[in-house]
Amino acid sequence: MSNTIRRAGLTRRTLATGAAAGAALLGAPLPLRHALAQDKFDLRVAVLLPLSGVQAQIGQACMRGAELANDVFADMKIPAKLDIMRYDTESSADVARTQAEKAIASGAHILTGAFDSGHTMAVAQVTEQRTVPLVVNIAATPQLTESGFKYLVRNFPTAPMLVTGALTLQKDLFAATGKTPKTAVLMSVNDTFGEAMMKAIPGLAKKLEMPYEIVEVISYDPRAKDLSAEVAKAKATKAELVMPVSRLNDAKLLIQEMVKQQYEPMGIVNPGAPGLYEYDFLKTMGKYANFHVSNVPWLNPKSPMTQALEKRFAAKYKDGHLDINVGFTFEALLVAADAWLRAKSHAGTALMEALRRTDIKEHVTTGGPIQFDSKGQNVNIRAAAVQNLKNKPTVVLPPEFAIAKPVFPMPGWRSKERG
Amino acid sequence: MPDDPGQFVVTLLQAIVMGLLTGMVYGLMALGLSVIFGVMRVVNFAHGEMMVVGMYLAWLAFDRLGLDPIVSLPAVAASLFVFGYALQRTVINPFIGLPEHMQFMLLLAVAILLVNACLAIAGPDTHGVQVDYMFDSFNVGPLILDAVRVYAAIAALVVAGLLWLFFTRTRPGKAIRAAADNHVGALVVGLDVKQLYAMTFGIGAACVGASGALMLLIVQVHPFLAIDYTLLAFVIVIVGGLGSMSGALAGGLLIGVSEAVAGVLLQPSLKSVFSFGLLIIVLLLRPQGLLARRA
Repeated sequence: MSNTIRRAGLTRRTLATGAAAGAALLGAPLPLRHALAQDKFDLRVAVLLPLSGVQAQIGQACMRGAELANDVFADMKIPAKLDIMRYDTESSADVARTQAEKAIASGAHILTGAFDSGHTMAVAQVTEQRTVPLVVNIAATPQLTESGFKYLVRNFPTAPMLVTGALTLQKDLFAATGKTPKTAVLMSVNDTFGEAMMKAIPGLAKKLEMPYEIVEVISYDPRAKDLSAEVAKAKATKAELVMPVSRLNDAKLLIQEMVKQQYEPMGIVNPGAPGLYEYDFLKTMGKYANFHVSNVPWLNPKSPMTQALEKRFAAKYKDGHLDINVGFTFEALLVAADAWLRAKSHAGTALMEALRRTDIKEHVTTGGPIQFDSKGQNVNIRAAAVQNLKNKPTVVLPPEFAIAKPVFPMPGWRSKERG
Repeated sequence: MPDDPGQFVVTLLQAIVMGLLTGMVYGLMALGLSVIFGVMRVVNFAHGEMMVVGMYLAWLAFDRLGLDPIVSLPAVAASLFVFGYALQRTVINPFIGLPEHMQFMLLLAVAILLVNACLAIAGPDTHGVQVDYMFDSFNVGPLILDAVRVYAAIAALVVAGLLWLFFTRTRPGKAIRAAADNHVGALVVGLDVKQLYAMTFGIGAACVGASGALMLLIVQVHPFLAIDYTLLAFVIVIVGGLGSMSGALAGGLLIGVSEAVAGVLLQPSLKSVFSFGLLIIVLLLRPQGLLARRA
């Protein structure tokens, strides 16, 4: 038996050595494994997103923006190649914190993410401590740029910026259609983002002299399995406008309940939150997905970079559509690549210094050049009114970006116009 | 006091009716837990996980075969019966009579395995069904009843009724009750208690599988849903009375209604606080539960 093995060049000793080497490689610390695995990339960027759990669908949509980055950079002749490291925050702030630690231990030069404000806050505390820059893709809570973090930039509006832009667009919508609701109900998730929005909206509505009165603010758990009581309560107010600050699953539950309870306000206008424009929402809700308006920053269809992103997206993914989840995550990587191109260093301080001096004129979302103020906030982002028409999010305002006219009030749930 | 008392009463009535309808499905879910405990004195900590397995099976039947969850309900319940029966015979039976913490750890391990199996097979995404009557409702006077909940509640009532008939009208049902009342007596008269226990666990699993199929009409399924349902089932059976079938149903209705009413009277995000508050009150004032006899 042993002779046979020897003839094949395999002894017990070589077998043991091989096994030990294999075990050592498998057991090697992640940073070493990562260093062994790659060398041909310019910059290691860890992308932290909720790829599983209650926010999985949006997290996975965001990840597509990261996955397309290197291809679009090549198309746009941007000489940077990123090693994109995926980390799943599992829709939990605690996991986000742990994953940030892991990413840094694995040698990430820049972190991006994390879609949810609470998760991003947890990541920011780690990056600040480790002096590794964090480029926020999507997260709106003002605290992120008001807490004095030195290693953070955000290419996404804060909740007050989102609300100001969204409410201003509401006025434009009412003016464009000649119909103005007199009362509104605000229905919001009670997570970090929702709380920030609930805090900002009533005050800003007064400041901006909105034509309606907010008669009720209804908050609920984003993991809610049933929104019948919430919708019944909203219906009882007889509000003419519903303003949902939702995520994806609760947005579906909300509309489903409104249809079932036959609650037909003049319109459902989202004041700067996700949910209503998501691919899965449009697919699941069918005709009931139409005519809702989301006043959010959107993709600029006239930008050559957006067109390149659109082409790559269509080629790579057979389902889904290009939305701000993809757009802002892509831009986070664009910001990181641009900083590396100017810093030519992997040191956190050098990269951060370059990030502070960012000035990207050619990018994919609506608004001016990407520039960060002293707190790390991009203040040049602009919102658009995106209405679901024929099950496609369509820009209806402001006129310079619009490709269709807004429909307001929305047709009733059983109306023939819904198809 | 609201500006329009008439509208407020309608909203409240609406919430109560919706709560009752959802509560019937909750009751069916808790019934499984109560039956298992009542007969075997085993607390099934994998109850929510079994419900999620039932939801996934119903979703698979809808996704692959286009079957409405109400239509696939018997098949889902039968699958869960087989699973529960086999699980009891192979894994749980050796733990009968052992200290409770050992049973607790065993069923917790089963729960973790089930969640991870769902995660590995179906992934972390949510899955739901789009039936034709998804957006339908019935107008009853000023009330609007959600068609999905009405159908789900009727189906839950039918399953609970069949279960009651099984336990009161059939020989195996009576034998199970006899074994639950007097374990030694059942052995003396020659009943195959091991077989009866396995059957009981299978019936409990079938109940929870059936309620999973019905629940899929109301909520979308993902693996992490399980723990919420385990907790909910415990709240219901403790409020209603652990081991009492009628208590489980009454507890389901009570929790369903209390959550719905709390959503209207208080902030909807405080719904769960209300049901847990109710649990504490029941534990303080009537620890055996509303419909169970004091031990």
